[in-house]
Amino acid sequence: MTDWPLLSLTTFLPLVGALFILAIRGEAQVVARNARNVALLTSVATFVVSLFILGYFDGASAEFQLKESAVWLPGTVISYSMGVDGISVWFVLLSTFLTPICILSSIGAVETRVKEYMVAFLVLETMMVGMFCALDMVLFYVFFEGVLLPMFIIIGVWGGARRVYAAYKLFLYTLLGSVLMLVAMLAMYFNANTTDIPTLMAHSFPQGMQLWLWLAFFASFAVKVPMWPVHTWLPDAHVEAPTAGSVILAGVLLKMGAYGFIRFSVPMFPYATEYFTPLIYTLSIVALIYTSLVALVQEDMKKLIAYSSIAHMGYVTIGIFSMTTQGVEGALYQMLSHGVVSGALFLCVGVVYDRMHTREIARYGGLAERMPKYALVFMFMTMASVGLPGTGGFVGEFLVLLGVFQTNTWVALFAATGLVLGACYALYLYRRVVFGRLTRDDLKSILDLSPREALMFAPLIVVVIWMGVYPITFLEPMHASVAKLIDNYELARAAAETLSVAAR
Amino acid sequence: MTETFDLMPVLPELLVVLAAMGLLMLGVFRKGDGTASTTSLAVVALLVAMLLTWAVGGSERLLTFGGLFVLDPFAVFAKVAILAASTIALVMSLNYLDKEKLGRFEYPILILLATVGMMMMVSANDFLSLYLGLETQSLSLYVLAAFHRDSTKATESGLKYFVLGSLASGMLLYGVSLVYGFSGTTSFDGLAKIFGGEHGAHPHLGFVAGLVFVLAGLAFKISAAPFHMWTPDVYEGAPTPVTSFFAVAPKIAAMALLVRVMTGPFGEMTEQWRQIIVLIALGSMFVGAFAAIAQSNIKRLMAYSSIGHVGFMLTGVAAGTADGVQAVLVYLGIYLTMNVGVFAVILSMRQKGRLMEGIDDLAGLGKTNPAMAAAMAVLMFSMAGIPPMAGFIGKFYVFKAAVDAGLYTLAIIGVLTSVVSAYYYLRIIKVMYFDEAAESFDRASSKALGLVMAAATVINIVFVVVPGPLLTSAKAAAAVLFPVAG
Repeated sequence: MTDWPLLSLTTFLPLVGALFILAIRGEAQVVARNARNVALLTSVATFVVSLFILGYFDGASAEFQLKESAVWLPGTVISYSMGVDGISVWFVLLSTFLTPICILSSIGAVETRVKEYMVAFLVLETMMVGMFCALDMVLFYVFFEGVLLPMFIIIGVWGGARRVYAAYKLFLYTLLGSVLMLVAMLAMYFNANTTDIPTLMAHSFPQGMQLWLWLAFFASFAVKVPMWPVHTWLPDAHVEAPTAGSVILAGVLLKMGAYGFIRFSVPMFPYATEYFTPLIYTLSIVALIYTSLVALVQEDMKKLIAYSSIAHMGYVTIGIFSMTTQGVEGALYQMLSHGVVSGALFLCVGVVYDRMHTREIARYGGLAERMPKYALVFMFMTMASVGLPGTGGFVGEFLVLLGVFQTNTWVALFAATGLVLGACYALYLYRRVVFGRLTRDDLKSILDLSPREALMFAPLIVVVIWMGVYPITFLEPMHASVAKLIDNYELARAAAETLSVAAR
Repeated sequence: MTETFDLMPVLPELLVVLAAMGLLMLGVFRKGDGTASTTSLAVVALLVAMLLTWAVGGSERLLTFGGLFVLDPFAVFAKVAILAASTIALVMSLNYLDKEKLGRFEYPILILLATVGMMMMVSANDFLSLYLGLETQSLSLYVLAAFHRDSTKATESGLKYFVLGSLASGMLLYGVSLVYGFSGTTSFDGLAKIFGGEHGAHPHLGFVAGLVFVLAGLAFKISAAPFHMWTPDVYEGAPTPVTSFFAVAPKIAAMALLVRVMTGPFGEMTEQWRQIIVLIALGSMFVGAFAAIAQSNIKRLMAYSSIGHVGFMLTGVAAGTADGVQAVLVYLGIYLTMNVGVFAVILSMRQKGRLMEGIDDLAGLGKTNPAMAAAMAVLMFSMAGIPPMAGFIGKFYVFKAAVDAGLYTLAIIGVLTSVVSAYYYLRIIKVMYFDEAAESFDRASSKALGLVMAAATVINIVFVVVPGPLLTSAKAAAAVLFPVAG
């Protein structure tokens, strides 16, 4: 079984499902039902296959594993090569884990053009998984950009009132950043004469060039993360996207930027990384505090959670650039837990939106009376988002603070302030929606979670508790890869220092 | 390099010329309307010519007519592309000619003659044969533009094309005369020899002036900014199948010609011509990106889009390396598939028998005709150069060559304009999928159009998986222009 191209299988299995769905013909009702079933089945199968990846993954090794390689663009060194290490393997699983839940959540919520919707989601899954597996820079870029195609369609067709604006903004913002990265990639290709990511990590680029390359990659990843001040596409995209689109957007797409930092910027341009660390710190802290304050005054539930995502991603960038073991692992952990938690929060919004067709916070209140199960789930996820010990959110945030405290106390102080603000807006939201008196007439007949919805939340709750109680499961496979990342960084830094001393 | 006196290398051209003459006789002496039969015969002739081109073209460089005509892998590549484009254009126009009552047997013959001109252009090894080929092509195209002679728009576009085209030809000819005056030869090989030495490093000013005029003339033919003014009007005014022909085959021919002239006779003067090419590349990319935003007619939009694409291709030319030429050829190949697909869609935009041209007419196509909308969406993403569509590979190669040649500024501005142009390609997708359905198009569009559409779409999706054949043949074709380098 180990001979099987597991990574390619995971990547392209959803595409096979998509082709199946395209072939479905018949009455609209039947087509919709079959499309849902096929999509659900395919995504669950993909998740099962991806579990095999974890099974065959050797956590003790820092090397890329389950490698595959094939000729892609003849006449160049650019090839189709895939592989995972302790960092990317978790994101592959995160993507395959969230997709079936998204598809489950859209039953009932999406009634128009179901077939196309399912195809778009499966294509999206292929792109996401492929991006995390790609070991060739150009291949990475293809998947990285390819994500935009289905996302543009998902937001534009099944989104809310201002969906066209949001879809455009998402597409053009991200594309603008990415094309600069493409030029940087080409420049790297001609400097190192390879596009193989592991080889590039070992290559040392000239210092002056590193700064430019770093900035070009930053243009792309900062938009994707998103970092302040290029975050403005995110609230729009989140608010207008259908629930499942928001889940994927918050759960996986935001992680692509941070993953890019870890995969490219830090290991390949250590000099520039050190040079620009203060910039990252500053932007992250501004994001943390500013977006938390903005979240406090939001009237729209989705927009509030969207701003909270930006704040949470601030921890991630701080953690990555602290370049300590705790910081980086904390950042990775925060990404994983945020992927699950924010996804779940968007699903919570989706549940009431499907019933009331509004996301305005003021329209709700007192839901605990009619929806006790819902109130429980929502509370649990809110607590996880705040970072209550015992949930996944705590471990990530704590590790990040621990890591950054060692390098910069002030940053740790400001980041901790963000934690307090985070509790404010999250609890405030929860109080307004769930507590209080149920006064509105139309809310009096609102129904609690259906079995399908309960099924959708159950795995999320299990994972969040697991992450909070026994983090070692997730941290252990990361150790070797993170240690290698930091060692290489320190080595490169030491080499650069001796160089500058010698130059003096 | 072998010089032959036989007619083997020109066999495909001869075949097409003879077919054109024969079909002319057939059309004149046949009773009744012979459009359908002449068109099918013309298609057959083009296909046979394509096979012949493949057969006679080897890996070596064949010269004939005393060095005026050359057949090398580069020419073979370009000719196959041209013949394919012409064939598809002919196939796609049958339905239109029939519906619009434009059926005249001269139509396929004019296309055949234009095709011969283009084949001559890419095989030209002397400024004289270049001019001959160029004019054969242009004259046929002028007539084709005004083929719908009862329409004021079409005749206006034909006239406009003719006047501006002649001006460009004049400039080109003037440039050639300057080049001849300062070097004493019009042969590409001769010129390359002269400038291979120290003349290349310090060319005479008069010679540079000649180069500029030649470039201006050629820039007109590929509709590069600032010589692009005619393009939107001609594209809009000409009958749509003619536009679909204009958009592809002549572009391939002129671009191949430009590449040959720049790398052949002026191969040693890269520094001189590069500044001009960079400038017109930038201009074309800008015009293509910004002027297209405000368009509401899809044919005009395609005109600006083609200007933009020419800008990207010129980026590859500016690199002046074998990689650059390979990139241009790859781009041309992909450009061909994208454009024929889009024009197949445009030609299927019929409401109650009338051909529609507005972008708004596509509204709601995602609901009324999902297959056609999906095809158009794929092609638009490809045109915008979004991976994993084929268009991305084209852009990737072009910018790769530019970065390799150290043209960072050009590459960066190029990718930025490609973001701007993504805006208007996305607009079409937006209109099709996000807007409410307008009146739906007629169901009964021709099978040929559907086939072209489907094939183009599939190629654009699958290309990223199997890019090998096009990439390697383009590489081989490009290598022949750089004999020293490899």
